[in-house]
Amino acid sequence: MTETAYNFAYLDEQTKRMIRRAILKGVAIPGYQVPFASREMPMPYGWGTGGVQVTAACLTPADTLKVIDQGADDTTNAVSIRKFFQRTAQVAVTEHTAEASVIQTRHRIPEAPLTEGQILVYQVPIPEPLRFLEPRETETRKMHALEEYGLMHVKLYEDIAHNGEISTAYAYPVKVEGRYVMDPSPIPKFDNPRLESAAIQLFGAGREQRIYAIPPYTQVVSLDFEDYPFEASKADHPCDLCGCGTSYLDEVIVDDDGGRMFVCSDTDFCATRRAEGHRGRLAGEDLAEELA
Amino acid sequence: MYVAVKGGERAIDAAHEWLAEERRGDRAVAELGLDQIREQMSLAVNRVMAEGSLYDPDLAALAIKQARGDLIEAIFLIRAYRTTLPRIGHSHPVDTGAMRCDRRISATFKDAPGGQVLGPTFDYTHRLLDFKLAADGALPEAPVGAPAEAPMPRITEFLNRDGLIQDELAGDETPPDMTRQPMEYPANRALRLQALTRGDEGFVLGMAYSTQRGYGRNHPFVGELRIGAVEVEMEVPELGFDICIGELVLTECETVNQFAGSKTEPPQFTRGYGLVFGQTERKAISMALVDRALRWQELGEDNLGAPAQDEEFVLAHADNIQASGFLEHIKLPHYVDFQSELELVRRMRAAAGDEMREAAE
Repeated sequence: MTETAYNFAYLDEQTKRMIRRAILKGVAIPGYQVPFASREMPMPYGWGTGGVQVTAACLTPADTLKVIDQGADDTTNAVSIRKFFQRTAQVAVTEHTAEASVIQTRHRIPEAPLTEGQILVYQVPIPEPLRFLEPRETETRKMHALEEYGLMHVKLYEDIAHNGEISTAYAYPVKVEGRYVMDPSPIPKFDNPRLESAAIQLFGAGREQRIYAIPPYTQVVSLDFEDYPFEASKADHPCDLCGCGTSYLDEVIVDDDGGRMFVCSDTDFCATRRAEGHRGRLAGEDLAEELA
Repeated sequence: MYVAVKGGERAIDAAHEWLAEERRGDRAVAELGLDQIREQMSLAVNRVMAEGSLYDPDLAALAIKQARGDLIEAIFLIRAYRTTLPRIGHSHPVDTGAMRCDRRISATFKDAPGGQVLGPTFDYTHRLLDFKLAADGALPEAPVGAPAEAPMPRITEFLNRDGLIQDELAGDETPPDMTRQPMEYPANRALRLQALTRGDEGFVLGMAYSTQRGYGRNHPFVGELRIGAVEVEMEVPELGFDICIGELVLTECETVNQFAGSKTEPPQFTRGYGLVFGQTERKAISMALVDRALRWQELGEDNLGAPAQDEEFVLAHADNIQASGFLEHIKLPHYVDFQSELELVRRMRAAAGDEMREAAE
């Protein structure tokens, strides 16, 4: 079979329609996990098949796609997914957050605020926030239906009792529009406040066959206690390349003596700042050139 | 030097080229033809068709070649290809009672109408490496007998006639299809059987074995195991009648299991059922045992808490494409989540250090 024998964005129209219906249902019931008949994709489960199916169902030929993994456009799996859509949908691609109409992401929300009309598609490994408290789907579906989230609060309380703070650093659970407790995918909790966004946020879990959504301007509250309020944390450094003091940072080991540097995990955000002339501790002109 | 993530695209392309080289191996050695794989690696082809849920020996052979013999990878290729195929229609249920059997054995009766046919089996071979195969594959022609003309009725039907085995009621409702609908629990038996027939052979074998070792024991006998070709018929609307559109080779296993009876049922035997594409009898027998174990509720048995009785556990973990994909995804970069844990651990260690210092003072 030649590549042109595949439909636009790989999936056939019937399948895309089925996915779009699941997306619409998800948008209508924010935070609710909609079961959908996930297809077997030409990349492995666990590598973004849910996100890829949601993106495939959303893309039109006029779209501009950005794909990031860990905030970066050039991580291997982001490259692979971007190439897949270039091949099967011939859409324009970009690394600039502001230019993208559809952004597929794994583990991060872009630093630059998203705008109305943009779609952010998350790859989700385990969509069920209660899964590690109760492994059975039959039980967790009941718990959501009855809004029975006591178990989650007990878990957070026990965290504080044992560790002095809530020891969940990523995939930090949220409550959407006062109803469903939702797993925001393994984004660092630093990103949680930006789940309240002007963009549509769609979450696709291929292996687990679930789609859910946060419509624009939906209330998203990170679970906490009055005396232990939620805190979005990050490494206590500025970016060593662009000097930004408010972005989420990757820690990079730079020499055999364990020397470290900290850089923005959002590569587009960092490169844009450097292009505007911002410089961090280690960004001499040589280094900046090399990274460009 | 900060080079961690740069050059991903170039690295991927280079890795693919290297992979192609490795797949080909030493170019001085003749390349494998798909016909060779199809004809001489037929049990591998069968497994790929069964777990790939696509009956096409040529495509399965291609997948095995492309996957360098990694059968799970080959199954993955077939599954991904299968996604792109349109669904034109549905066949009628195949009639395995009318199977042209290459092999048909029963462990419960010494003989039965139609006879026992060993067929091409490893069963009574001595597992001694045959060095003649390494030297040259020359093989004398095997003698050919007359094809068995006698019908081979299903052996469990003889028990059924006396009411000694629980009856399977025929139904005409369309069975669910896990490749077209999201999986839902509790599943019905048809859906369980679909999940098991495309499930990983090793996983289903392990589950079946666990029942034999006491984790949900159900005392199985192989009532009948048959392997052979069946015709696939479907009604073509334009024609208005049924036509045969091809043949499949299937392995079918029916187990006869002990059952003490309950308050509502007199003692009788029960059944487990396995049906798998190709000659795949280890899988078909395993499937029958697991099917039987999962029927505890329907048959009024106790839940012993055995893994093989736990429908959600078995079905959610039987698929090797789901399992291997999710397992191997931990190779992907996770430095964002790792970073957040790193900070958390540092913060908690600092807090713990403060407390210890205070306690010491």
